[in-house]
Amino acid sequence: MKSAVVLLPGLNRDRDMIAALTQISGRPPLTVWQTDTDIPDVDLIVIPGGFSYGDYLRCGAIAARMPVMRAVAEKAAAGVMVMGVCNGFQILLEAGLLPGALMRNASLKFVCRKVKLEIANADTVFTRRYALGQIIDCPVAHHDGNYFADAETLARLEGEGRIVFRYAEGTNPNGSINDIAGIVGGAGNVLGMMPHPENLIETAHGGTDGRALFEAALEVAA
Amino acid sequence: MIKARVTVTLRNGVLDPQGKAIEGALTTLGFEGVGSVRQGKVFDIELDSADRSKAEADLKAMCEKLLANTVIENYAVELR
Repeated sequence: MKSAVVLLPGLNRDRDMIAALTQISGRPPLTVWQTDTDIPDVDLIVIPGGFSYGDYLRCGAIAARMPVMRAVAEKAAAGVMVMGVCNGFQILLEAGLLPGALMRNASLKFVCRKVKLEIANADTVFTRRYALGQIIDCPVAHHDGNYFADAETLARLEGEGRIVFRYAEGTNPNGSINDIAGIVGGAGNVLGMMPHPENLIETAHGGTDGRALFEAALEVAA
Repeated sequence: MIKARVTVTLRNGVLDPQGKAIEGALTTLGFEGVGSVRQGKVFDIELDSADRSKAEADLKAMCEKLLANTVIENYAVELR
């Protein structure tokens, strides 16, 4: 399976994401720059974390209006897997590829620690190597991860099983409504999540709970 | 030239932890009777145009497309 990583000024988790994709798929991902209007044929497009455009205006707001995001939207509509982590999640929301918004953490503090995630839907291309209800470790590092959606949207997300990761065991680090840590949109092929699975894929990271997500999406044997 | 001010505020019912923190700080400073504080943004925009109705339509489009996130924010456009 081929992957591509979207690069924007101010992202800082791109190297970690490229390392994870390279290690797990056995080949380095392609990279596409913010001004690119065409994305080569790949199976998975990843928008990594960081602080694109310095979080000016709102996190992800400027990045979401860059030409490359129109290409990402076209690929997503064509069924290509798209995954946004942290700032990448914020960008997917601002681009309208996923519903809702991410606001300042309720504590007003930047949180950088390991949390527990519950797999709330194990029937997606990203989570099928986990079991429903399984609790995994995953690091978070963000200032604006407080997920919000209006009551109608929230009911739809819950009803359609679009919430795939929830903060578990009282580890909600940001005040997210319904403990939401990650959701899928489109035909289930667009994933946005605040935690960083790319930072928990080898024992030197202190755990490998993030591997199964990439192995599922990239169709690599565990 | 048309000068405009766009004000973006959080929708009712959306939690504003920054506003809460400011409210707490005002109380700490001794200002009594601060019921609540909601934080927002102000954009002063100059347009090279004399057509006020077009300017207003353009500014609303700017709010919808970029200046406000209508999931959580309201906006108001005021021509000077």
